[in-house]
Parts: sequence; C-alpha cells; structure tokens
Amino acid sequence: MSVADRAWAAVPAYFKENDARLIAGLLLGTYLFHGLLAGFLAGVNNASVANAVANSVSNITFLIAVYALLALALNLHWGYTGLFNIGVAGFMAVGVYAMSILAASPTGSPPGLGLPVPIAIVGALLITAVVGGLAALPALQLDADYLAIVTVGLSEIIRLVFNASYFAGTVTDPSASSYNVVDVFGLRFGTGGGQGISTPINSPARAIYETESGLTAIGEVVYGLADTLDVGTSVVVGGTYAVVLLLVFVTLYYVLLSRIGNSPFGRVLKAIREDELVARSLGKDTRLFKIKVFMVGCALMGLGGILWQGSYGFVNPNTFRPIVTFYIFTALIVGGSGSNTGSVVGGAVFAAFLLEGPRRIAGFVDAIAQLFFGSLPRPTNFYEAMVTLDPLAWAGYLVDNVAYLKFIFLGAVLVYLMQNRPEGLLGGRSEIAASVDLSERTGGETDE
Amino acid sequence: MVSSDEYSAVGRTLLERPAVAALGLVIGYLLIDLVAKLAGVEVGAGGVHLLGGSTPVSQVGRYVLDGLIVGLVIGLAGVGLSMTYSILSFANFAHGDYITTGAFSGWFAAYLVAFFTLNVDVPFGEAFLVTAPSLISVINAPLALLVGLVASGVITVAVVLLLDRIVYEPMRDKGGIPLLIASIGVALAMRYAIVFVFGTSTRGVTETGSIPSVDIPMVDGYVPLNAHEATLIVAAVSLMFGVHFLLQRTKLGKAMRAMADNKDLAQVTGIPTERVVRTTWIVGGGLAGIAGFLMVLERGTLNYNVGWRLLLLVFSGVILGGIGSVYGAIGGGIIIGIASRLSLVWIPSDFARVVAFAVMILVLLYRPSGLFSGVKTA
Repeated sequence: MSVADRAWAAVPAYFKENDARLIAGLLLGTYLFHGLLAGFLAGVNNASVANAVANSVSNITFLIAVYALLALALNLHWGYTGLFNIGVAGFMAVGVYAMSILAASPTGSPPGLGLPVPIAIVGALLITAVVGGLAALPALQLDADYLAIVTVGLSEIIRLVFNASYFAGTVTDPSASSYNVVDVFGLRFGTGGGQGISTPINSPARAIYETESGLTAIGEVVYGLADTLDVGTSVVVGGTYAVVLLLVFVTLYYVLLSRIGNSPFGRVLKAIREDELVARSLGKDTRLFKIKVFMVGCALMGLGGILWQGSYGFVNPNTFRPIVTFYIFTALIVGGSGSNTGSVVGGAVFAAFLLEGPRRIAGFVDAIAQLFFGSLPRPTNFYEAMVTLDPLAWAGYLVDNVAYLKFIFLGAVLVYLMQNRPEGLLGGRSEIAASVDLSERTGGETDE
Repeated sequence: MVSSDEYSAVGRTLLERPAVAALGLVIGYLLIDLVAKLAGVEVGAGGVHLLGGSTPVSQVGRYVLDGLIVGLVIGLAGVGLSMTYSILSFANFAHGDYITTGAFSGWFAAYLVAFFTLNVDVPFGEAFLVTAPSLISVINAPLALLVGLVASGVITVAVVLLLDRIVYEPMRDKGGIPLLIASIGVALAMRYAIVFVFGTSTRGVTETGSIPSVDIPMVDGYVPLNAHEATLIVAAVSLMFGVHFLLQRTKLGKAMRAMADNKDLAQVTGIPTERVVRTTWIVGGGLAGIAGFLMVLERGTLNYNVGWRLLLLVFSGVILGGIGSVYGAIGGGIIIGIASRLSLVWIPSDFARVVAFAVMILVLLYRPSGLFSGVKTA
C-alpha cells in the first residue's frame, strides 16, 4: 500500500461518504493548520494574532478558490474529454487582457474601447471562447502528447504577443515613429506590452464597505467589528472577496460542470475520452463536441483568470508563464482528474499544502529556532552555508530558500503521483456514463 | 524529369489541402520578397506596395549566421529529445533542464579549472558558484573550456541516467501522458535544485573584451564572426558527425530503429531493450548538456532558465524534422533557428519566437510526420 493509499485510509468514513462533508472537513483542517501557524508566528513576533490569523485564512481561501476554479475548468478538458490542454495560462491571459482592453478608457494609455465592466467581462468570455474554439482545431486530429505541445506553444504565443511592444498602445501620437496603437476598423486599443495593463477591477469587494463619499452602513458595522478585533480593513476586503469566490463561484462552476458531466453532452465527452472511435461509430460527430468543449472550458478558464489575476487592478504578461498551467495541472492531478469533487479537493490541497505549506512550515521552524538558539545564521549563498560546517547555518539557508525547495517538492510529488497513484486522491471513483445508475437496479423479477 | 503522375499527385494535394497550398504561396511570396529586398527592387501597383524594398545583404547574412548558431544548438539538443520521444514514446519536458544542467555543470568545471590554472584574483566561493564575472574566453583559457565541455557532457549523462533509474524506469509500461506529466515534475525539481545551489542571478561568464573576430565580406558590408561563435559551430558540427558515425557504424542505430518501430518485437528478437534505452539517454543527454555549455559560451550569460526557454524551440525543431529522426532533429533545428532569425527581415524581434512556435503548430497540423519523415531513426 502506498503512502497516498494509507493517508486516504486514515480519513474517517464520515468525511469520505459525502462530498460536501469531505470538502468542508478539508477546509477546516487547512484553516486550522494555517491559522494556528500564523497565529503562533504573530504571537512570537508580538503582532496582532487576530489580524495574522484572519489574513492567512483569507489568503488561503483566495488561493483555494482560484485553483479550484481553474482545476474545475481544466477537468472539463482533461478529466471528462481526455484533451490534454496545457495552455491554461494562455486562455487566462486572453480573458484578463480582453476584459482590460474592452473596459479601458478610449483616451487612456494604452487606449481601450471604454465599455462598462460587466459588458467587458461578458465580451472577454466570448473572445476567450472563440480563441478556445480556434485552439480546438489542432485537437481534432492530434494525439494527446502532440496536443500538449501545441497548446503550450499557443499559450506562449499568446503571452509573447501581449508582451510585444509592437501592439502596446503606449505611444498614442500617430505621428511618432514608435506609434504602436492597434487600429482595427477605427477601434483603437493596445496591450500595454511588457509593462502590463491596468485591469478595471481592483479589490472588487471594497464596494460593499466603502463608497467614494465614505463607509456604507455594512462597512460601518464590519469595519468597527474588525477594528475591535484588531483586524485591518484590507484583510476584511480581501477576505470577503475570497469567501465570495469560494462560496459563489466555485459552487457555480461545480454545479455547472456536474450538470454538463451528467448531460447527454457530457456522456459523449466521456465516450470520447474512453474511445473516440466508438463514439464516432455511434454517429456522434466528435469533432463538433471537441470544439464545443474547448470553447466552454476556455471561457471558464478566462473567467477564472479574470477572477484571479484580474482582481489586483494590474497585470503583466509574465503572470501567464506556463508554470501557472503546471500548477493548475498539479492541483487537478492531486485531486483526481475526472472528478469535480476531486478538482476542488485538489485545488485546496495544492494551494494550502504544496504552494503555501512549505513557507508556513519554514516560518514555524524559524520561529522555533529563534526561541531555542537565538536567531538562525543567514548565509547568503550555498557556498557560504556549506563551508561554515554549521547545521544551524544549513537550516538557515534551507529556511531562506524554501521558495525554491517548494518546487523540488512539487516535482517530487508529481513524479510520485504518476508512479503510484496516477488517478489522484479521488480519481479512483468511477463516474457512471449512463444516465441511470446501473449498479442499483430496483424492481424486476427476483428468484425468491 | 517529372512524370505526369507526380504532377497530378501535386495537383491533387493542392486541391485537397487548400491550407497547404496557401502556406506554400505565403512562403513563396516571402522568398520572392526577400530576393527583391536584397536586390533593392521595389514592386508596387497603383501606389500599393506589393513586395521588395531594400535590406542590406550583410544584414541578412548576419541573420542567417545568428540563426545557424541558434539552430545548431537547437539541433544538437534536439537529437536526444527526438530519440527518447520515439523510443520511450513520450514528450520529455525535462529535456530543457538537461540543457541547463549541462550549462551549469560545464561552467562550474570550467570555472574551477580557471581558478586553479589562471592567475585570477577572485574568492574561491565566487568561482565555485560561477558568480565571478567574465573569467573565461577561448583565448585565455582553452583548457578550462575543454574540461568544461567534457564535464558538461559527463555530468549531464550521470544526472540523466540517475533520473531514468529513479523516475522513468519504473514507468516504462505506463502511457505517454503519465510519463509526460512526470517529466514536468522532473523539470521543476531539476531547475530549482540548480537554483538552490547556484541562485537565480544571471551571470556573465565569458570574457568579452578580447575575443578575436573575423569579418566575413559580403556584397555590401561585413558579417562579423567571433571566436566563440566559431568554436560553437565547429564543436556542434563535429558532434553531429560523431553521432552520424556512431549510428551508422554500430548496431545501435539498427537496434534503435527496431525499438522505435515495435518494442515487443525488438525484445523477442533479442535486442537488449534496456541497454538501448540507456545508450539513448547517454547520447541524448550528453548532447543536450554539451549544447547548453556551448550556447552559454556563445551568449556569454548563464542563468537557471536557459534550457527551459529553449525547450519549446527544440520541440519545434524536432517536430519539424519528424519525431524519431536524428537527422530530422538536426535539420529541423537549423531550419527553426534560421527561420526565427530571418523572420526579422519582415517583423519586429518581439515575434521571432512566435514565428518558431507558429511553424511548429502548422507542421503538426499539416505534416505531423515532419519534413524529413522519409528518413527514420538511423
């Protein structure tokens, strides 16, 4: 029995039986882990414990929500249809940039189309869907590993185009030689190039508590409450947004994808995953299904990108490097591709333990060491750390470089999962393709 | 002479694959345009600029030379990727980081040798971490470079074999996708293991001041070629010939061809498949490592991202040449290198990589077997 199997066996049956309970239990455990560590650190450093705990819980909620959203969207491609799309970052970029360009002021630098934000978001989703539809064309005739290379190549093309100064739109004077505003049939816009672009949404939850003239009624109450608990207002705003993402958007994605999965459309998708030839023999035009599923999935990825990277008020092309895609893939694989609950669980486990866990633990180790040995020595590089021959200096170097160790750990987890549990934590559960549950037949004749 | 059958075959292809025909037209237009530009002729109709213009021949010469240099690195690195792709049937996303491993291990060794043989005044720690700026050139430290070249190959082979033992060997019978995902994990772990030791800084490693350079005369100017670029070209071409002889004169080429074709059949015929796989990793990993070392020699700068950034270009070259073909990988790499540089005649440099990736996608769509698909692994 592998480690993952044992870990799974150790989970009480109470949680395993019910998806909602499982996710709730996992979130609770995550919050305990991060909250306790953050609170402990704040206590050691004489900072506000409540603020530190609230901040860490809000951050982790946000990360869990966005990784769950994107893992769910990717699950539609890889889990349901078996399309190996590793261009997620590119489609996120299209969503965020399309929204920013549609909503930017026509007189700004770079100029945009000046549409209201909600319309810009809808437009961005449509554009992402169209780009996804075009990206699906290679998927019609390529094997999974070729498709992987095409999609990662496409996501790099998208990033490089947004990064190019040629379309940046930062020089708005038409007579200048470096004039770089894109002008299509009188629509003038630019991508901002390597400097990035402002997104129209910045801390969207702030609007609940504050208006330009002052605090709203809710704001008075909540900010007052936060103040007595010594929690900063930015934590309240960020936390609110994170909770909305987790409770509203993740639920919406989950319901939507479960509905798709159980619909006749979803059954064809699963048939394509299992054996495309059979699906085609049964009269399904699998090409049309693949294009449709790419359009829907890419639009969901675009929305995920908007809710995540679009919510900071500013974004640049380097945010969308292929590593982001690999993060999302890892989240999906950890949870188990093919299962929506698995996608959410994977997003949570990935964000809370693989992405943020090492930093927390390093902070904890550092604090403990400080209590016992005074502060750890901090060698500035590997050579210095080595020649001191001092285990404390080694520990200090490890703590300082935990951001890099995290990636090594991540890589090892990917390899371990592929070798021992390619179906992920929850992927072992078979999804039934038939519209009725064939395992529980009631009625009919019995022998008795 | 071309028979009428072949004419009709060409005609049929054009009718059945309009996109291929359109692509051919575009490439034809660009070639004519390039010739016109070189000749300084401008063709227009009714005030609309159709083609031509003026581009200095020496400028185009520089693009082609730059492209050739990049292409040789891509081709050298691509040999291993192509061979493992066809024999183990998975796209190895860790291959880029084999290149990085070669670059770091080679320059680490070269710096150590330079520290002990040259009269340099740097702390040992800076030589150890390859952070001392610009110590080595082909003139002042040929021995350090030679040691570095060998070390880049040997250490990369050792790392690659170790990774095969730990990661890929237990997964031989799994499909291409689990292997691909595992290779992404390997890539991450390798890259950040390097960062853990050497850090993320970009360092200049070659001495830039005193490299001799010759000017190759062109019609209207000169194309400069410095000693590091010449070293790269000579080393890469000799290695490619080495691979050619290795595969032609030994049974290995035949065994590899057999394995790529049908693994089970190869096994029952008595081909020691594991040994062939190991040799493949040795040849491919060694070439990737040396490619990384040479690339850094030519560019002069080294950081942890060099290989990963090159990976998609290597994939482009391998796919263009036809997966499984060693000569295809070399030829495809050179074409990708030259095409991405030559494209600067028409488009801004921001898009050089876009062109390479676009070529890759188009090839996968319209000729997935690659340009040299007639030549199989040999």
